[in-house]
Amino acid sequence: MSPSDTRPPTLIPTNGLVFLGVLAAVAVLVPLLNLATSPDAAVHVPTYVVSLLGKYLTYALLALSVDLIWGYVGILSLGQGAFFALGGYAMGMYLMRQIGTRGVYGDPMLPDFMVFLNWKELPWFWYGFDLFPFALVMVLLAPGLLALVFGWFAFRSRVTGVYLSIITQAMTFALLLAFFRNDMGFGGNNGLTDFKDILGFNIQSDGTRAVLFFLSALALGLGYVLCRFLVRSHFGKVLIAIRDAETRVRFTGYRAENYKLVAFVVSAMLAGIAGALYVPQVGIINPSEFSPANSIEIIVWVAVGGRGTLVGAALGAVLVNYAKTYFTSGFLAPYWLFMLGGLFVAVTLFLPKGIVGTFYDWREKRRPSPDALGEPLPEPKPAE
Amino acid sequence: MISSARLRRLSCALLLALYGLCGALFSQPALAQDISAPLAQLATDNYADTEAALGALALSGSPAAAGIVAALADGKLVFSAAPRQVFLRTETGLVDPLTLQPVADPPAVKPVRVNNRVRRAIEAANGTLSLVSPDPAKRLEAATAVARSRDTAALPALDLALSKEADPKVKTALTLARASIVMGQPGVSDAERIAAIGLVGAEGNQDALAILQGVPADSSPAVKQAAADAIAGIERSLAMWSMAQNVWYGLSLGSVLLLAAIGLAITFGVMGVINMAHGEMVMLGAYTTFVVQDAIRTYNPGLFDWSLIIAIPLAFLFTGLIGVIIERTVIRFLYGRALETLLATWGISLILQQAIRTIFGPTNREVGAPSWMSGSFDIGQLAITSGRLWIIVFAILVFVALLATLRMTRIGLEMRAVTQNRRMAASMGIRTNWVDAMTFGLGSGIAGIAGVALSQIDNVSPNLGQSYIIDSFLVVVFGGVGNLWGTLVGAMSLGIANKLLEPYAGAVLGKIALLVIVILFIQKRPRGLFALKGRSIEA
Repeated sequence: MSPSDTRPPTLIPTNGLVFLGVLAAVAVLVPLLNLATSPDAAVHVPTYVVSLLGKYLTYALLALSVDLIWGYVGILSLGQGAFFALGGYAMGMYLMRQIGTRGVYGDPMLPDFMVFLNWKELPWFWYGFDLFPFALVMVLLAPGLLALVFGWFAFRSRVTGVYLSIITQAMTFALLLAFFRNDMGFGGNNGLTDFKDILGFNIQSDGTRAVLFFLSALALGLGYVLCRFLVRSHFGKVLIAIRDAETRVRFTGYRAENYKLVAFVVSAMLAGIAGALYVPQVGIINPSEFSPANSIEIIVWVAVGGRGTLVGAALGAVLVNYAKTYFTSGFLAPYWLFMLGGLFVAVTLFLPKGIVGTFYDWREKRRPSPDALGEPLPEPKPAE
Repeated sequence: MISSARLRRLSCALLLALYGLCGALFSQPALAQDISAPLAQLATDNYADTEAALGALALSGSPAAAGIVAALADGKLVFSAAPRQVFLRTETGLVDPLTLQPVADPPAVKPVRVNNRVRRAIEAANGTLSLVSPDPAKRLEAATAVARSRDTAALPALDLALSKEADPKVKTALTLARASIVMGQPGVSDAERIAAIGLVGAEGNQDALAILQGVPADSSPAVKQAAADAIAGIERSLAMWSMAQNVWYGLSLGSVLLLAAIGLAITFGVMGVINMAHGEMVMLGAYTTFVVQDAIRTYNPGLFDWSLIIAIPLAFLFTGLIGVIIERTVIRFLYGRALETLLATWGISLILQQAIRTIFGPTNREVGAPSWMSGSFDIGQLAITSGRLWIIVFAILVFVALLATLRMTRIGLEMRAVTQNRRMAASMGIRTNWVDAMTFGLGSGIAGIAGVALSQIDNVSPNLGQSYIIDSFLVVVFGGVGNLWGTLVGAMSLGIANKLLEPYAGAVLGKIALLVIVILFIQKRPRGLFALKGRSIEA
């Protein structure tokens, strides 16, 4: 966008409309084709595919949360998986409490793993997770608080660039180690699993799966609108300015660290929601979600789709994960890591703007009026 | 109850101990070793005499004594009636017990009889004899056994052994054993007990602690007080030693971190390239070691002890070459875009891991240790394994070599010039592209060398590098980017802090605490311990 262009960009640009339209269609069609058609019909969508697609959608939301801070504020968080996992654990704890006496040990008070570890009473931090609203609050609060505390320290002391990336990685690594411990009270190595129902509905049933899928699509759509709203506001302009020249923004009189902190916390909460939707559809949450490698993988989804485009992040998440499912299930499985690694290298070398960013460029070349195209990423250049 | 035989043995022993003392004073060991009297006693074939003779033999210090006692136990000690004399029966015939020479004109002989009392005496004699056995390890074992049993009867034997002992370690054990017996013995004066406690207390190890804790409950207050003081002293010194041991472990861990991070200090610290594939360079170095050892085992097993020495240059060249290839094909297009470099090198690390997994399989590969790296020794109460020691030495050598390369060689000068001001360096005629490639190759090569060392202490698997990458980055960031000394201090302080935290928090919590500490530290000093000063840091 040129500086002379004073018109506010539309809330939802054309590509966003296309994205939301496709999302809405998928959100309605997939559950419909799963529930309303007979299993023999050609158009029938099996339940496992519904869950798989639902998983992709939560990943897309996660990628969106990364794009908000990486694409628009320049914060490359290598610990976004931690927020995702925390949201997932909050939901997992609610689901564990719903098992009740149906566990292997049938203990009315304690989840199976606590009985197994010979615990006598429920640890204090499990209180309240019987209640769904409480769990929902925790889904937002747990990642949000961590992001608030971590970001407050980091941004206030102006830890930027690769330093920030490395300490976010250290953060998720520390959490990984912590959640692996049995003493932590989160199921240790095995994590939380064997869920029975959610809000009284059987978590395995087709209907529940369809609703969860729909909710994932809804969350992704709303998340997209929220991010668009943020980045096109005055607040978002400051964020973009921070991305491009943080020191200059600070000299202009803005408290850059506060802007970054808000964006970071919002992004962490979005990741938490994605995690909370992920867990009931996948049926398990364990500490490996905290592994630094996972968090780096999220970055590549965004990079493939196009950093700083929002739509691209969601698209990248779905594409890369579809490829992952496709390649890791067949005879190509041993080559998946070659593919993924090659993807990292190829995208950074040949598609630095990702699929969507490159598409913008191509369109712009053909049609010189860049109306309503969102903001393509400016040419990379050294900060300051 | 002390039997008369035992009393006799005691008095005999005291006498002999005196002899021993005289012998030591006047260098007349022959006196102490004269065993003609006990031999004569044995020849009487009377149980009581045999028992007494055994006691005397055990304390005699004669080299023949052990053989005679063993022969008695085996029923091979015989005696002739006419001249009362004993012989040893061997496969070739009778021999003289002292000289072991065959007897020219063998008389009619009968075995010396043995009953249960005598058998017990044989056992006791064997115990005593092992206290003066020529093998120091056996003596040490016997001394420890006596200290534990607190057998008052062993006192004379201990005194004898003490008077002859030359090995300081065994002597310590003997002193301890003697003191532990004296402390518990009835009828010993308080002064003697306190002296014994002082002696034990001066030892200051775990055994001494156990002995002191065994001070009889009915001792006088003064003795108890002395024991309590000594225990407190020992516990203090034990705490010091365990602290020292932890510091040693910390140095060892620190040197591992240093090895893993020092290559990164070049690629990340000097060039500013975030090389996420650094861990995989370490892994490639470890696999190079494996391949070298495999080749040596197949073609020339005699060279095995040299395998690491051979692997070091090969690993350096191989990983350095891979590094140059990576720099030329990928990284050089990404200079100035640190975050993109991070992603691309992460991709490379995945490819390298999978390549190794495809070639060598996903399981751990066995890398052996050469003989000079195994074994251990003690300094005071520090247990030091040679392998760890060598790794520390090696880490320091690599550090010094790297420092020297950067400071004293032409390429080092060019590297520093390019880092500080690329355009100025280029205009002075330095081929910056070439220097970039060489610098990255150097950093990767160092990582490969680290892999050779780490193959000795870690599992050689495709995941080897992953476990070091986060730690390495933390070390470099903690120490301060662009400063090798910072990396050294960072690695050592993180290593030592980790090991000092471990006893209190456990391994995992200690590690978590350390990560949190480093995260907080970076808030305080975002550019690390030894930050570069000046304008360049803002860029």
